[in-house]
Amino acid sequence: MNQWEVVIGIETHVQLSTQSKIFSGASTAFGAAPNVQACAVDLALPGVLPVLNKGAVECAIRFGLAVGAQIAPKSVFARKNYFYPDLPKGYQISQFELPVVVGGGVAIQLGQGENAVEKIVELTRAHLEEDAGKSLHEDFHGKSGIDLNRAGTPLLEIVTEPVMRSSAEAVAYARALHALVRWIGICDGNMQEGSFRCDANVSVRRPGQPFGTRREIKNLNSFRFMQQAIDYEVQWQIATIEDGGKIQQATVLFDPDSGETRAMRSKEDAHDYRYFPDPDLLPLVIDRDWVERTRATMPELPTAKRDRFVADYGLSAYDATALTAALEVADFYEAAVAVAGKASAKPCANWVTVDLAARLNKDGKDIGESPVSAAQLGGLVARIADNTISNNIAKKVFEALWNGEGSTADEIIEKQGLKQITDTGAIETLIDEVLAANAAMVAEFRAGKEKAFNALVGQAMKATKGKANPQQVNELLRKKLG
Amino acid sequence: MIARSLTELAQALAAKEISSVELTQLYLDRIARHNPQINAFVSLDAERSLAQARAADARRAAGDAGPLTGIPLAQKDIFCAKGWRTTCGSKMLGNFVSPYDATVIEKFDAAGAVNLGKTNMDEFAMGSSNETSFFGPVRNPWDTARVPGGSSGGSAAAVAALLAPAATGTDTGGSIRQPAALCNLTGLKPTYGVVSRYGMIAFASSLDQAGPMARSAEDCALLLNAMAGFDERDSTSLYRPREDYARALAAPACDQPLAGLRIGLPKEFFGDGCDPEVMGLVEAAIAEYRKLGAETVEISLPNMKLSVPAYYVIAPAEASSNLSRFDGVRYGHRAAEYANLDEMYSRSRAEGFGAEVKRRILIGAYVLSHGYYDAYYLQAQRIRRLIADDFVAAFRQCDVIMGPTSPGTAFKLGEKAADPVQMYLSDIYTIAVNLAGLPGMSLPCGFANGLPAGLQLIGNYFDEARLLDVAHRYQQATDWHRQRPAGLA
Repeated sequence: MNQWEVVIGIETHVQLSTQSKIFSGASTAFGAAPNVQACAVDLALPGVLPVLNKGAVECAIRFGLAVGAQIAPKSVFARKNYFYPDLPKGYQISQFELPVVVGGGVAIQLGQGENAVEKIVELTRAHLEEDAGKSLHEDFHGKSGIDLNRAGTPLLEIVTEPVMRSSAEAVAYARALHALVRWIGICDGNMQEGSFRCDANVSVRRPGQPFGTRREIKNLNSFRFMQQAIDYEVQWQIATIEDGGKIQQATVLFDPDSGETRAMRSKEDAHDYRYFPDPDLLPLVIDRDWVERTRATMPELPTAKRDRFVADYGLSAYDATALTAALEVADFYEAAVAVAGKASAKPCANWVTVDLAARLNKDGKDIGESPVSAAQLGGLVARIADNTISNNIAKKVFEALWNGEGSTADEIIEKQGLKQITDTGAIETLIDEVLAANAAMVAEFRAGKEKAFNALVGQAMKATKGKANPQQVNELLRKKLG
Repeated sequence: MIARSLTELAQALAAKEISSVELTQLYLDRIARHNPQINAFVSLDAERSLAQARAADARRAAGDAGPLTGIPLAQKDIFCAKGWRTTCGSKMLGNFVSPYDATVIEKFDAAGAVNLGKTNMDEFAMGSSNETSFFGPVRNPWDTARVPGGSSGGSAAAVAALLAPAATGTDTGGSIRQPAALCNLTGLKPTYGVVSRYGMIAFASSLDQAGPMARSAEDCALLLNAMAGFDERDSTSLYRPREDYARALAAPACDQPLAGLRIGLPKEFFGDGCDPEVMGLVEAAIAEYRKLGAETVEISLPNMKLSVPAYYVIAPAEASSNLSRFDGVRYGHRAAEYANLDEMYSRSRAEGFGAEVKRRILIGAYVLSHGYYDAYYLQAQRIRRLIADDFVAAFRQCDVIMGPTSPGTAFKLGEKAADPVQMYLSDIYTIAVNLAGLPGMSLPCGFANGLPAGLQLIGNYFDEARLLDVAHRYQQATDWHRQRPAGLA
């Protein structure tokens, strides 16, 4: 394995979240009965013509800005000609020689914690095109059914340079891209519904040698499958070459059941798509004004936000990265900090990335559905910071908030009498009682058993139902026993 | 009544001299009598036509009539019309009933015009003789052994035989102008983008343009007023303020109505290749224009000779892709038997398309193929640019360009059918206009051996109103356009 270098490039079809299709007014909503969302244009009736949806262009501009690419002032729609029953016109309107987005890059994080390094995956281009319909091969007694609801759905095809060197890098890129397109609001990211589909071009070579022949793994719709498919493909290619075979350029499919990739078609049956500029559409002209107007509506991007979290809140890069994995999480976090105070930025980060994340995960909820709001969480963290409650009690309060037992942390603390006891006199009285009732433990401690001390602290905390400040209890106990 | 102009018909309707229902019936009766011989119409639906006529009469009674309300018009079978079989002259669409209206049809409906029926045409508008139609050739009313020209041959023959007062056509390389010339009609191909292509079955998208075919420039202006206009459903439609294309025609006739007009005569139009008799008629027409006050200047369109080869790369390239949708999957002809998907495609298309359509699909697929694209398609696009530049330069020296529409008069059925190149050359004077996107007209300018000849007028971009005026002044001074074929009582 060591003497082989893996080379991966990825093409991703991102379904753009516009209301209507890229060249017609039909709805793009998922899940309607077959063919009810296909209008005359989508059906390619004789005489119909495409009209470009500006919203799709807007999405492409947003993406270009997010990855630092060049937004082409003029790009051209071209026809990709081939016959297939779910391609009603006999051609797909795409972009070929002049795509709308050129260059740019996506930052990925490799490794964890202290060992994390950042790598930029350079993009070749991103272009607008229309999706095809779906062929349904079941339930038609040996025939195929065609559903054209998806035909004409806007896609942005994002193509990387062949710069990834392992399945882990490929998956890190796919995840980062997935987060980014959702972050900038151009894609719902729903992989089950096909909103985000990746093709991986994989080849292997001896380091320093020219690129090997690639095989393209089509339609990877989960990160796990992507990893498995690439790993299998790499092993297969190495084994094939080491057995004296040659890799033939091919398109392959990954079968999740067998964990193998299988050739679908070879280069010999590759289509000549006979691309030419679509005479029904004018060149797409995007002036600077349009780009600037779009820029003004862009959210702060993940990497910029991450750097700001590190600089402003003193977070570790690890925490900052976790908090900027999705825009909703970052927004939640900042809203919580706004209530808790900047001094509590670090504990807020812990609460969001650890406690809240675990609780959400347990109930299978998104952060957008969290029963505990950012303001509620911020209010809770503020009470820890000002010593009103301990961390342990805070977990109880959090659970109470989750269950809707009160509208604020303060209300729950008040109602359930969870306020920390900080009155030294009261705690001293309590400790005296605990010492008197546990003479045996006191003796053990005096005999040198440190464990007995902890048991005494536990007794004291229990006596206060956890409300005593543990620090204080510790100090006073030592003093009394010392 | 049947030979009256659109303006005269509108007056008759307004004066209650005749109702739209009566007028429509009059034409339907003539069609029933003569269409079996001429074969100008491929689809008729008297019920629908008369229903529209009744609606038009009601509209007129309600005081809501426009210049075309109640007037029957023949529609080239390339326009989708809701509820009408729309075939484009092909077996492929022999069973296709359109569920929607083309913008042109919608506009005529809104104007209250009556759809009299769908006219025959070369299959998918590919042809210059109307012989490639699946529904059989159309015969020229001036000599039924001869072709009417194409591809709008059915429309031309219908109007010439007085089976309709006027008709629509489409022009990709001369398909309005050439049949107009061969049938003694006035036809106008507007500037590309003036009339919406939505619902007009595409042959070559960057060249196709719809326009009127009628008996006079005046009638053409009325029709263009109804047809033209920006359409948001056609991205290549041009947004322009509305204009009245008939605005110049009302000026009273006078001795020298065209004083100051500069007519450009391209030397490439007046060399070899044109029937001398036709050329004589064209030159006589130009002499008439001088009498009307115009002056002539010799100009040159040096790249014109490249227009036919460039056209026969670009048009088939676009057509090969445009016709891919006819695959037998969703509508149209599907082979009765096939073993698999590839066979369903190949058989359906082999059975559904005629020889000329297949030839152009093959040429188109070839010139777009990997390795040939640059040499053919890109090169043809460069030539196209040069041709357009020639016209831009020419219009610095003149206001309109004139020459023959067609190198000859109507030829005999079958005469050129076996020789595609000869057929292609019959559009030698018209094709450059489509490549440049300019407006062009053909108007009757006399007869050679009893057959009509056409004078072609080419205008600068958006100069339709001027072209119509220039044609109208000639028609005020001559009566070639009033001549009718004999023997169609």
